[in-house]
Amino acid sequence: MSTPSFQFRHTVGEKTFGFRDLKELMAKATPARSGDRLAGVAADNAEERAIAQMTLADVPLKQFLEDLLIPYEDDEITRLIIDEHSKEAFSPISHLTVGGFRDWLLSDLASPAVLKQIRAGVTPEMAAAVSKIMRNQDLILVAKKCHVTTAFRNTIGLPGHLSTRLQPNHPTDDLTGIAASMLDGLLYANGDAVIGINPATDNVAQACRLIKMMGDVIDQYEIPTQSCVLTHVTNTIEAIEQGAPVDLVFQSIGGTQATNDSFGFNLNTLAEAHDAALSLNRGTVGNNVMYFETGQGSSLSANAHHNVDQQTCETRAYAVARKFNPLLVNTVVGFIGPEYLYDGKEIIRAGLEDHFCAKLLGVPMGCDVCYTNHADADQNDMDNLLTLLGVAGCTFIMGIPGSDDIMLNYQTTSFHDALYARRALGLKPAPEFNEWLKKVEIFQNNDHFTLNHQVPDAFHQSLNRLIGRH
Amino acid sequence: MSKEFSEETQSNFPRHPIEDAVVENPWERLRSFTDARIGLGRAGVSVPTKHLMSFQLAHAKAQDAVHTPLNSDELIKHLEAQAWNPSNTVLKLHSKASDRPEYLQRPDYGRMLDERSVEQLTQYRSNTNEEYDLAFAIVDGLSAFAIEENITPFLSTLVPQLTSQAEPWNIAPLCVVEQGRVAIGDHIGELLNAKCVVVLVGERPGLSSPDSMGLYLTWAPKTGLTDAYRNCISNIRMAGLSYSDASYKTLYLLTEARTKKLSGVNLKDRTGDEVLEHDGGVENFLIS
Repeated sequence: MSTPSFQFRHTVGEKTFGFRDLKELMAKATPARSGDRLAGVAADNAEERAIAQMTLADVPLKQFLEDLLIPYEDDEITRLIIDEHSKEAFSPISHLTVGGFRDWLLSDLASPAVLKQIRAGVTPEMAAAVSKIMRNQDLILVAKKCHVTTAFRNTIGLPGHLSTRLQPNHPTDDLTGIAASMLDGLLYANGDAVIGINPATDNVAQACRLIKMMGDVIDQYEIPTQSCVLTHVTNTIEAIEQGAPVDLVFQSIGGTQATNDSFGFNLNTLAEAHDAALSLNRGTVGNNVMYFETGQGSSLSANAHHNVDQQTCETRAYAVARKFNPLLVNTVVGFIGPEYLYDGKEIIRAGLEDHFCAKLLGVPMGCDVCYTNHADADQNDMDNLLTLLGVAGCTFIMGIPGSDDIMLNYQTTSFHDALYARRALGLKPAPEFNEWLKKVEIFQNNDHFTLNHQVPDAFHQSLNRLIGRH
Repeated sequence: MSKEFSEETQSNFPRHPIEDAVVENPWERLRSFTDARIGLGRAGVSVPTKHLMSFQLAHAKAQDAVHTPLNSDELIKHLEAQAWNPSNTVLKLHSKASDRPEYLQRPDYGRMLDERSVEQLTQYRSNTNEEYDLAFAIVDGLSAFAIEENITPFLSTLVPQLTSQAEPWNIAPLCVVEQGRVAIGDHIGELLNAKCVVVLVGERPGLSSPDSMGLYLTWAPKTGLTDAYRNCISNIRMAGLSYSDASYKTLYLLTEARTKKLSGVNLKDRTGDEVLEHDGGVENFLIS
C-alpha cells in the first residue's frame, strides 16, 4: 500500500487518522449529508467524522488565509475573499483556533457590537469551519447576536422582527392569478421583505410586464415594500435600460467562479447591475438594491465544486453577496432535492448553518424553508425549521398561498405559517410595513397579530371590481 | 372600523360572525382564476382543518407516487398483449440503483443499466439483424403512477401513427426500466444501436400532479450526452397535456430529428408558436 501524504494527523490510542489537506479535513468534518456522499468527499464513517471535527477544532483561523481551498489564480471568488479581508477586523480573533473561535462566539465577549466589528475579518471558510463543529443550538444562539439591518422602502432585519417575501407565482404568469395571490398575501399581512415573482416565461418582455404590474400595486396602495422579478441578472439590466421600474435586481449565486459561469454571470455583471439599479434611486429609506438566492449543492450540481464540500461552497457565495450590499439573501434550502439534502434532518441542519454563516459574515439571510416531494420531509419538518430560524433571528421567510407553489412544484412556508411564527415568537414585520398594516386595517391589533375579520376598505373595492359583478 | 358592505354586494360577500372558530375569506372565489391555495380562511391565524386535511392527502399521494414501485411484470404482460405493439417481446431492464433510497441519492446510478441488463441487451442485439429507427424506454423515474396511468393511452395514440407512415419507423422492442433516470435511455439506445431513443419517464410529482409523465427524445443516443442533446415534452397526463397533443408534438419532433439528424437545443419545437399569452386581455383587478 502506498502511503499518501497527510497534512493533518490525529492519533487515538493505536489508531491514526490522516487527512490529506484542509479541503479534505473540512469535508470530512461536515455533518452527514447526501450531497457530500454523492461528491465522494464525506467521512467514511461516524468515527472519522468525529475525528475530523476534533482535528479541525485545532486548526488556527490564520491558516485559512494561507491555505486556500480553491487556488487564488483559478477563482475570482477566492480573490475576492482574500483581497477584501480586513486584517484590522481580524486582529481580535487572529490568535484563535476554530475550536477557540466557537468558545469565543458563544461567550459574552462576543456581543452584537463586537460581532459587527469582526465581520470583515471573517472569511467564508472560517465561518464554515466553525459551523461544522457547532451544534444546532450554537448556530441559533450566535446567529441571534449577529444583527444585520438593510433598507429600501422599509427596514429589514431589526431584532424582534421577521419579514416575508410574498411569492405569488403562477404557472402561466397569468396577471389575474398573480393578483389573486398578491391580494391573499397582503390580507394575511405578508410581503414586507419583497413581493417577488419567479416568472414562468423567462425573458425581458415578461420581466418588464411583471415589474410594472407589481409596481402599480405598490404605488396604488402605498405599500412600504419593494418588488422583484426573479429573472437572470442580464435580463434585469436590459429591463432597466428599457425604463422598467426595477426595485431590486435578482440573481442566483454560487460560491465558485465556475458555478457562476454556469449561471451565466460573473462579478463584473453583478457590479454593472448594482450600479444600474442604484442609478434609479427608487429606495425611500435605504439603497440596498440586490436580492440573491443561494443553496447548498449548486456547485456540485454544476460540477464546479473543486471537491470542496457543499456547505463550504455555499458559504463562499456569501462573499459574493456581501460585496454588493444586498437587501435580502435567501437560502433555498430544500429545493435542490434529496441527492444533496436527503431528509428533514439534513434540511434543518443546512438551513441553520446557512443562516448562521451568513449572519456571521454580515449578510441579511432569510430562508426558503422548503422541500420537494421526493425528499423525505414534510410539513412538520418545515414547522421545526421555521420555529428554529424564528428563534435564531432569521431575516425573512417565504409566504405563499397554502404552502403550495403551483409554478415551481414544491412546498414552502405559507402566509399562515408566518402568522404562526409572529404569534408563537412575538416577531413583528418591518416597522414601516407594520404601520401600513395598521393604517389600512389589515391588522386589528398589533400586539396579538390579529387580522381584520372584514375585507379592509381599500381592497374591498378592488375585489368588488372583479367578483362583485359576477 | 371597516365599512359595511353595500347592499348590492352583500349577496356576494357572505357575512361571518366573529364567534365562529373559522373565519372564511370572501376572496376564496378568486380561486376560479388560479389553482393557488388562496382564500383558505383561518382558525385564529392557522389553516382550518378542512384545508389541512386536503393538503395532507395531496402530499401523501405525491409521496406514494415517489415510493410505490412500478409493477413491471404486470405492465409488460399488458404491453405484450397490445395490438399496436410492433413486437411481441417487451424487455425488462434495471438501472444500477438497487433500490429507491439509493436511487434518490445516486442520480449517476439511475442513468446507467446494471450489468445484467447490459448483457441482456447485448445478447438481444447479437441475435438480430434489425436496423432500429427508434427505441422506447419506459422508465419509472420519480412516479410509477405516471407510467402506469399514461403509457398505454399515449403509446396507443402515437405508435400506430409511426408504423403507418409512408416511411414507417422500425421500432425496437419496448424496454421497461426500473429505478431509471432520463439519461438511461441513451445507454439503451446505444446498446440497441437505434437511431433515436424516446424516454417516457415519471416526473417529479407536484402536490396537485402526482401522475405527470415526461418525454425525452435523443437522436443518435450514446452514454454521456447532456440535456443539451435532448428535447422534452412535459406534463403528459389526463389533466395536463392530452395524449393526442403530446403525440402530435412527438411526431413533429421525431420527423424533424430524422430529417436534420439531430436533437436538442438545435431542434426547436415550433408546434406551440401559435399559442397566445394567457392573459385574455384582463387587466389587473387590484388597480383602479
